[in-house]
This record gives sequence, structure tokens and C-alpha cells, in this order.
Amino acid sequence: MSVQSPTADGLPAAPAGTAGPRDRARARVSARGIALVLYIVFLMLPIYWMVNMSLKTNAEILSGLTLYPRNPTLQNYVTIFTDPSWYSGYLNSIHYVALNTVISLVVALPAAYAFSRYRFLGDRHMFFWLLTNRMAPPAVFLLPFFQLYSTIGLFDTHIAVALAHCLFNVPLAVWILEGFMSGVPREIDETAAMDGYGFPRFFLTVFLPLIRSGIGVTAFFCFMFSWVELLLARTLTSVNAKPIAATMTRTVSAAGMDWGLLAAAGVLTIVPGALVIWFVRNYIAKGFALGRV
Amino acid sequence: MTLRLEDVSKRVGAALHLDGISLALEPGSFNVLLGRTLAGKTSLLRLMAGLDKPTGGRILEDGRDVTGVPAGRRDVAMVYQQFINYPSFTVYENIASPLRRQGLGRDEIDRRVRGTAAMLHIEGLLDRLPGQLSGGQQQRTAIARALVKGARLLLLDEPLVNLDYKLREELRAELRQLFRDTGTIVVYATTEPAEALIMGGNTAVLHEGRLIQHGPTAEVYGQPVTADCAAIFSDPPMNFLDAILSDDRLMLGDGTALPLAAHDRGLPPGPCRVGIRANHLSVVRPNDMAVAIRARVELAEISGSETFIHVGHAGVPLVAQEHGVHPHQIGETIALYVDPTRIFVFAPDGTLQAAPARVPQRRRGVA
Repeated sequence: MSVQSPTADGLPAAPAGTAGPRDRARARVSARGIALVLYIVFLMLPIYWMVNMSLKTNAEILSGLTLYPRNPTLQNYVTIFTDPSWYSGYLNSIHYVALNTVISLVVALPAAYAFSRYRFLGDRHMFFWLLTNRMAPPAVFLLPFFQLYSTIGLFDTHIAVALAHCLFNVPLAVWILEGFMSGVPREIDETAAMDGYGFPRFFLTVFLPLIRSGIGVTAFFCFMFSWVELLLARTLTSVNAKPIAATMTRTVSAAGMDWGLLAAAGVLTIVPGALVIWFVRNYIAKGFALGRV
Repeated sequence: MTLRLEDVSKRVGAALHLDGISLALEPGSFNVLLGRTLAGKTSLLRLMAGLDKPTGGRILEDGRDVTGVPAGRRDVAMVYQQFINYPSFTVYENIASPLRRQGLGRDEIDRRVRGTAAMLHIEGLLDRLPGQLSGGQQQRTAIARALVKGARLLLLDEPLVNLDYKLREELRAELRQLFRDTGTIVVYATTEPAEALIMGGNTAVLHEGRLIQHGPTAEVYGQPVTADCAAIFSDPPMNFLDAILSDDRLMLGDGTALPLAAHDRGLPPGPCRVGIRANHLSVVRPNDMAVAIRARVELAEISGSETFIHVGHAGVPLVAQEHGVHPHQIGETIALYVDPTRIFVFAPDGTLQAAPARVPQRRRGVA
């Protein structure tokens, strides 16, 4: 539609210089739009800058401010995917994170079921105590874990890191899963018992499908914690199970800092988290609604 | 199977939910468990099913003590007030699940699932998930699952309460047919006297965790052993008036004298309580013996073709149920007729002293 004169809209002709209601509405919309754009720019700037850097050469990064790569190069990524000292970091991280997620879920599912369905002595206190495990900073457990694992020969293994992370992830997993399980009516359990289901079959074929969104959310949080946790993972490993984050902090070589490579490694570290978030995005909202996430 | 409860009690913390219940249920019998909310109906059903353990007493199936046996190892099915189905299974799989656990063959399962679904008119919904069904259809699925396994004890805990009026009437009529000639003990818990009367069979009246009366429904309705029982088994609840009984008449609190009818002649004189069902308190004079009492209209509720007139008489609230629509002004004083042949006489402690003779079938309204 072409704007003709104000009278064509059925409005009296406004004298020049005063804004009509329509103009004011338009001004408000654009103010909101600008605020939104600025917000997103600020939010995305660090990520953009990292992607930007990862596509530049070290020479370009150090030569001055460029808003986009003048000579885009994938050399940094090629290095990461071909150099075992780099890609083994990713493999190690994925290895212990996956182990940890599986162990946390397998341990937490029966525990959460018990908290949700049975009343026993001190159940409420124990449930709260689980959560307090997350209140201690991981550094507190550094020394005991290190000494214990060194003694029993678990040092520098994937399972060592996975088990250490369980200390934080199992309580969280129990907490989240209990919320989802309590949303399933107890009568379903009873009906299944009367229908002749044994407990294992009921749990696997009837109950688990009902809380699959809860399992998704729980797996996501276990994954996230284990993926970003650096202190324990770095201390409990040296070579064979060294996580990617640890590899990244040790890139200062005699030739100086390899900026482009570091940025590329950073980009690749974000990718798995982003992928997992994409898969559970709908369930997370449900978890928030339950007040358990 | 015969189910016997012997002096069964259930205590939760300090609260006594069930107090010394003894009850024998015959094979093939239809038993209504009637009681108000919190009377202990659900607690009792859960004990019968084996979902909970009684804190006292024994439960016997065919003389075998099953008191501590869990529900999974008893031959029992239950329908809950909420619509309980397996949400991730289709309707077909829901109904088939007890049969699959019994290890029946595929053809046998298919035949029985389709047969039961047809009885409950859900044969067209077998491929749907319970979440895609209406409340009535969900409850039909739950009932089908309970019926299909042919358990010898079938418990229904207010199965129609969460349905709308029309569906409830429809399903109620069907249920009675479904349970005929199955040899199964059916226990049907409800708060509604009308439901008990329509379903027939036996009725057990439960009040505050105690079993007050158990017997054929018509008998319990016609001869309630206590005033509490009569109040629970009347809707609206039975009207009670204090009176003094003498040799030739009943003197109500406000001085109205009722002549004695055949059934309450010869009772010991003294104070008593007169019980009148709402449908026997009327604005039109039913016969020559009827006596008028003055009452002030507090509310006239019109429900379909019935009018419930709530009145105050000498400080006592009464309800009269009338056929047809009767407009009344609030505050208006009207005459209500009490038919002496239709009154119950209770002792001051509430035990029944005299009940009217059985109402001829044609006049018996659903109270």
C-alpha cells in the first residue's frame, strides 16, 4: 500500500511537525526492534568473534582489527581433525561424558522412583541432603579424588572422571527425575501390578516411556555439567583421558599462542552442547514448569 | 470365589480409617459400597485388592488367608475414579495388556480384546492413544481392561464420578448388564443412593470407617438399621424431626399430632426421632391420614421435572421433593403434608424402631 495523504486514511490532515498516533506506534515498534537487535548483537558478539577468529590466520589476528576474515581459511579446523593431540581431546571428553551420563541415569532412575513412591525413615531429609552435594565446589573434592584414584590405579582413565562427576550429577538427576515421576499417577503402578506385570517389566515398558521427557532433560543436564567441568577432569587425567578443555589451556608453545587454532577448538567445543540443547529444547520447558530444572 | 473380611481395621498414624469391618461377599454377587466422602470406601477397596495391608483382622478368599498377599498375586481388577490407562499404549494394547501377561495366544487375545471393546462400544477407537479420547471413552477403556482378564474380584471405585451427567446415566445402565452372569464378585463404591438403587444387588453402608448395614439393596433402603444409615441412603438426606410417642399418636415438637399407622403401633412410648424421606413430604395431600405442618420456604430448587423445596420448620431444616415444577416465594409459609404411613421411627440413639411397609413398586420413587 502506498501512503498518500493522511486524509486518505480517514484521519484529519496533521499539521507538519506533529506526529500522528500511527507515527508514534511506528516509533515505538522500531525502538523495541532496535533494543532487540542490540541485545542480540551483544549476546552473539563473543561467539561471532570466536568463529571469526577461527577462520583467520594467526598473522591476520595479530595484525589489527578486522570485522570479518579477509582471507578465510579452514586450516585451523584441518589441524584439529588431523592432529591426534587435538582430536583425542574431543574423543576423551565425549567418552567420559557419555559414560557419566549413562551411569548417572542408571543409578538415579531407581533412586528417584523410590523417593517418588515410597515413604521411609528420613526420606525427606535424605532427598534434601542429595541436593546439598551440589552446593560444595568441585575443588573441595579434588585432593581426595586424586589421592584415591592414584592409589587404586584409576588415575588417567575415563571412568575416573565419569565417576567423579557422578558426585554432582547423580543428585541432580535424582532431583529432576523425582519431579517427573511424581507426575505419573501411582494408580498406574497399581493397575500394572494387578494386570500381572512384574516390576522390571513394568518399569521398562510402561513407566519409562511416560517419563521420557524427564530422562531427556536429565541427560542434558548431566551432559552439560560433565562437558564443561574442567577442574576435576584436568586433575584426574594426564595423557590417556585428557579432556579437550585441558588441551586448550596448554597451547602456549615456544612459538607463542596459536590464536586461530584455539578459536577453532572453542567453536568445536560449543557444537555438541548446542546439538544436545536442540534435541531437548521442548522438554526443558516442561522441566522448568515442574520447577525442577 | 467367596471373599470374607474378618474384623478388618486400617489405621494410618493416629487416624482410624476402617474400624472392625466384617463382610462376606458371595460369588457372582453385585455389591454396592455406599458411603459419604471419607467414609472409608476407597480404603476398604484397597484392602480387598491387596494394595494396602490391614492393620488388624484377616481377609479370606475361599477360606484361604490372603491378608498379606500383594495385589499382583491375587486375581483382582480395579477401576479407579480417575481414568487410569497406560498413556503410551494404544487402546488395543491397553485392553490386551493383562491378557499378554497371562501368556495367551495372539488369536485368543485378539478375539477377547475385540469382544470386550464391542461390549463397551469402543471398538472403533482401538488404534487411538488414551490421551486422544474423551473422559467417557477413557473410562470405558479402563473398564474394558478390568473386565477382559476375567478376574474373580472386580472393584470399581466411584468409576462414574468424573463423567458428565448424560454419560454417567448411559454407562451405569450398561455396567449392570455387563456384570450379569459372570460369576465375578463386583464391588462398586459410590456416594450416590440413586446409583445403589439402580444397580440393585446388595448394598453395604459405610459410615466413618464402620460398616453399618449389609444386605439386599431394597432391604437396606426400606429398613435402614440406624438414622445415619437412612440419612446416607437418601438423597436429599432424610428429614428428621424430634417427637414424643404415646399410645395413640406421635406429637411433633411444634405440637402437631400424627396418628399412628399400622407399622408404628405398639412401640414403647417416649421421645423418638421421626424420619421422613424428601419424596414423602409433599405440598399436595396424599391421603386422608396425612397431617399438615407449617413451614417457611427458604429455597426452591428446580431440577428438571423435580422441585426440591428447602424449608424451615420450627428451626429444623427440611427438604421436600415434588414432581413437576412448583414455584415458591422465598419466605412464604406453606403447608407440607406428612403421610403417617410412610414415616420411619428411630429411638433417640438412632436405632430403627419402625419402618413403613414396602412401597408398592409403582409408587416407589428413587429417593
